[in-house]
Amino acid sequence: MIAPDLARVETLWVYLAADPLLWLTVTLATYVVADRLSSRLDRHPLANPVLIAVALLAAILSVTRTPFETYFQGAQFVHFLLGPATAALALPLHRHWPLVRKAVLPILAALLAGALTAVISAIGIAAAFGVPQPILASLAPKSVTAAIAMGIAREIGGEPSLTATLVIATGILGAVMVTPLMIWLGFTDWRARGFAAGLAAHGIGTARAFQVNPVAGAFAGIAMGLNGLVTAVLVPLILRLF
Amino acid sequence: MIAALTLLLGCQLVGEAVTRLLGLPVPGPVIGMALLFLGLRLRPAAAQEGAPLATVAGVLLAHLSLLFVPAGTGIVRHAGALIAHGPGLIVALVVSTALTLVVTAFVFVKVAALVDSQPEQAP
Repeated sequence: MIAPDLARVETLWVYLAADPLLWLTVTLATYVVADRLSSRLDRHPLANPVLIAVALLAAILSVTRTPFETYFQGAQFVHFLLGPATAALALPLHRHWPLVRKAVLPILAALLAGALTAVISAIGIAAAFGVPQPILASLAPKSVTAAIAMGIAREIGGEPSLTATLVIATGILGAVMVTPLMIWLGFTDWRARGFAAGLAAHGIGTARAFQVNPVAGAFAGIAMGLNGLVTAVLVPLILRLF
Repeated sequence: MIAALTLLLGCQLVGEAVTRLLGLPVPGPVIGMALLFLGLRLRPAAAQEGAPLATVAGVLLAHLSLLFVPAGTGIVRHAGALIAHGPGLIVALVVSTALTLVVTAFVFVKVAALVDSQPEQAP
């Protein structure tokens, strides 16, 4: 009796594993688990939902020997929503516009200082470790949103796929580190905290900021957009020095 | 709801068209955000709590983390490449990201104090 059932299960798996439905559902389910866990741990910075969900999914894909391409057939529907979500950042920007207008000078100063620090410290440290030039070019735009960073990398002779990896790693690191760092330094201004998260850690930092406070989220969104522009101009100039 | 989602996608679509036509280094969705922002300045009612656009945007932004999960899962494939380049890349990522967070927040706070801009305090 067991043999035909097993065969049926195998047929089912062959069907499911190739169907977008399975991996879309698994992506959502994993996120629900990660988000519940993060919420139960009072949004502790280390319990970052992106980090937990990615770790779980990587384990699931590895155990089931699912190629990333098959997984992405399902997950692409979630990935696609990044576009409209970015456009949706206009709403918090509009809602907090009076606050933003009053903070134009701090925003511009922090933008310039942060963008320079992000690029120069990254390639400076990596160069000191003897990391070769094409890798430095892939690393330079690590703090800006993936689409812009990959464009910059391509332009300056980097490797866009390595850049995408470095960008996502930076985002997760920034989202995990921002809260403890800000508390340690005693920075209590939500505008500054959100702006730093969005500038250093693009969308993943912005997601963290929205989780913590709406004003922080709005300022993170602004920082992410502005840093994309500034870094696109700065990186080619700075790389000439290295 | 559908109209609001269509508006978001429409802004992104126009944004994609604009960046390609003008060869801008900015992704389409960022232009889409700027367009929607200008639209909201003209018609602020659409952004009010409970308006469909505000509801859809609220759902998307509340779960922004979810949207990075597929890309995040993709990088696990390249984790080997990070390690292969030695400790330099990893140290650069960690230290540079921490330094960027600190410098950005520090400059923001100091300049805000200079120009007497009211902080939004965390408790």
